[in-house]
Amino acid sequence: MSDRFFHNLSDVHEGAHRVTRTPHRDWRYVGLVALGGACGSAARYLLGIWATAPLNLVPVPPTGTVPALLLFPVSTFVVNVVGAFALGYLLEGLSRRGRETVRRRKIRLGIGTGVLGGFTTYSALALETQHLLAQGPAWLALLYVVLTLAGGTAACLGGIAIAARAERRRKRRSP
Amino acid sequence: MIELLVVAVGGGLGAAARFMVDGEIRARHTGGFPWGTFVVNVTGSFLIGVFSTLLYTLTFLGVPGDVALLLQLALTVGLCGGFTTFSTATVESVRLAQSGRMRLALANSLGTLATTVTAAGLGVAVGGVAVGGLFG
Repeated sequence: MSDRFFHNLSDVHEGAHRVTRTPHRDWRYVGLVALGGACGSAARYLLGIWATAPLNLVPVPPTGTVPALLLFPVSTFVVNVVGAFALGYLLEGLSRRGRETVRRRKIRLGIGTGVLGGFTTYSALALETQHLLAQGPAWLALLYVVLTLAGGTAACLGGIAIAARAERRRKRRSP
Repeated sequence: MIELLVVAVGGGLGAAARFMVDGEIRARHTGGFPWGTFVVNVTGSFLIGVFSTLLYTLTFLGVPGDVALLLQLALTVGLCGGFTTFSTATVESVRLAQSGRMRLALANSLGTLATTVTAAGLGVAVGGVAVGGLFG
């Protein structure tokens, strides 16, 4: 299932275009992913600034007096859960439309691998968790990873379900 | 504004690198486990740990603070952030679970988390050794 879902790499002739087996060696696709990744990363950065802006207005209190919950990495959490929902929605919608054409591959790689892959991040999740574990409180680290994994999985399932329903409706209207 | 630009450039390069590394690993491993995303996320988490200490190292070496900060931003939030991905890792776990391979799905979710957090800690330690060597 997941093989069909991710690969769909059978050589398909689409008009004059040929869908290659190895798009990651095609510089046009690599460029598309880079462009998407630049947009996704910029959006993640802007969301991070926006999320921490209210905290920056508060004068820095002496360490130890900050309520622990304020240390929760809100922006990474939001970015990852939203991105997991969107990628589930996108990939389910694309796979339900049938075989991968050049156009669908551009959407999958540009928006999925590029924008959403660049928007979400695992390295920040890992570093923030490591930081919380090292500097405490450890319960916040646990809360962070549990909420991220559970929230991300639930959001992804939700995205898949919504895309599947939309696709079924679309097919009923025009079989 | 310049911050946004360096993050975008770093993120673009990171995403392209992820696409190529993942593609190469995927072409060699046809089994059920998504090794490509796993390797990318673990490598990127190690690197963000190293790069998170870069500000200290660079300012010690005499690099102006704003330049050092910009470089760290480009490498951590940009490059490592764009290189690693949570969305693909999640979708791959969900797909494994939906296809009945629950153990692989759990191994992917929890294994990636545990390994990346360890890798980030290792990266911070390596970067710290570099800082310590400079200051010591």
